[in-house]
Amino acid sequence: MQDEPTPEELIKAVADFLRDELTPEISGHKAFKLRVSINALDLATRQLALQEGSDAAELARLSKLLGMQGPLGELNRVLADRIAKGELDLRTPGLAEHLWQTTMAKLAVDQPNYASYRRELGSERN
Amino acid sequence: MIEAELGRCAARWYPGATGVAGVIRLSGGASQETWSFDIVHPEGNIAAILRRAPAGYGAAPTRAAGLNAEAALMQRAYDAGLPSPRVLHVLQPRDNLGTGFVMARVEGETIPRKILRDERFALARPKLARQLGEILAGIHGLALAQLPELRRMTAAKEIAELERDYRSFDWPRPVFELALRWLRDHDPGPSDEVTLVHGDFRHGNLIIGPDGVRAVLDWELAHLGDPMEDLGWVCVNSWRFGEIDKPVGGFGARKELFAGYETAGRRVDPARVTFWEVMGTLRWGVMCCGMMQRFRLSPEHSIERAMIGRRSSETEIDLLRLLAPRGR
Repeated sequence: MQDEPTPEELIKAVADFLRDELTPEISGHKAFKLRVSINALDLATRQLALQEGSDAAELARLSKLLGMQGPLGELNRVLADRIAKGELDLRTPGLAEHLWQTTMAKLAVDQPNYASYRRELGSERN
Repeated sequence: MIEAELGRCAARWYPGATGVAGVIRLSGGASQETWSFDIVHPEGNIAAILRRAPAGYGAAPTRAAGLNAEAALMQRAYDAGLPSPRVLHVLQPRDNLGTGFVMARVEGETIPRKILRDERFALARPKLARQLGEILAGIHGLALAQLPELRRMTAAKEIAELERDYRSFDWPRPVFELALRWLRDHDPGPSDEVTLVHGDFRHGNLIIGPDGVRAVLDWELAHLGDPMEDLGWVCVNSWRFGEIDKPVGGFGARKELFAGYETAGRRVDPARVTFWEVMGTLRWGVMCCGMMQRFRLSPEHSIERAMIGRRSSETEIDLLRLLAPRGR
């Protein structure tokens, strides 16, 4: 077992330092790159917090949808294949819902401020 | 270094020019550079932009029209009275600057968030959706006989190219597969009318001032094809920058875009526009995946490219909103 602090805590501490202490000191193109870098660390923090749960849920849905077991990457490949071949489509029970849930879970990590995501999240909660 | 070459170059074709000043590199893509500078002239300096591919630079993407074609298209648009920079000079071998051209520098803003939020554009914003329609009608009305040689594209060819790019990543994405199926099932066939298509008509390639559009830039992806492609591309959600209820670049409604287009004497086929919007959304998604690929493979290790790669999921939610909207 590894010691603490956890990777989550370390990344968050670095991001906070860059944001709060370094950002005011930097200008121009480097400031832009710094902002992108902070965004990347924030994304990594969200992924570390959310991935385990969302991957498990995705795997459970995929196994049910495809009627088979396997690692997540493998099942995703099978799903992509079957959609490409037309064996599964939006009339297939559960497919649209699976794609929506999977995509919402990605946006929660990638771009939680993306306007389409916020809109969809809002209608889920209503 | 480029300053000396540029100075000699300007002195050759601009009568009375004595050199150049204020040379600044604006941006650099994989195959092109953009430089801003002033041509020094006793009667007043001339604001200019150089767009070039230096000799020995990376090959232009296969889709690119080529810099000479870009210069010709920009000049054609200018001559037709469309908002376009005047082309001042097409680079010659003796200029020793690679291939490319020099154009007049148009002042204005290209950054979407400023254009969509800043007070100084508040009066222009409500008019822009319509104006974009008028400009596109002008572009699509340019006589084919006077255009440089360009690729001829159809929906079927575009689908095939997108699919080839996507498969080359070997990165299975079920939502992209769904979109590819949808596109093949809804391919409207070759357009009755073939026109010049700008190919990248969107925020970033439009110089906008408080008075509206001042210049259309970047003809790199220009080709011949279905004019509705440009109308669909400008409606892709990725170019709305948060203003998701205003499909035309975050400015306004499709009907305003269409009205501007039809006032200029052209017809809109809304079903084709929707088809191209789906295509455009998928295309941007595939381009984001391409950025991720380049991040991994190229030695630069660009954090910007890595993060653009992480934007492909934005196009997945937009594709689902288009193809599998949830009941609300």
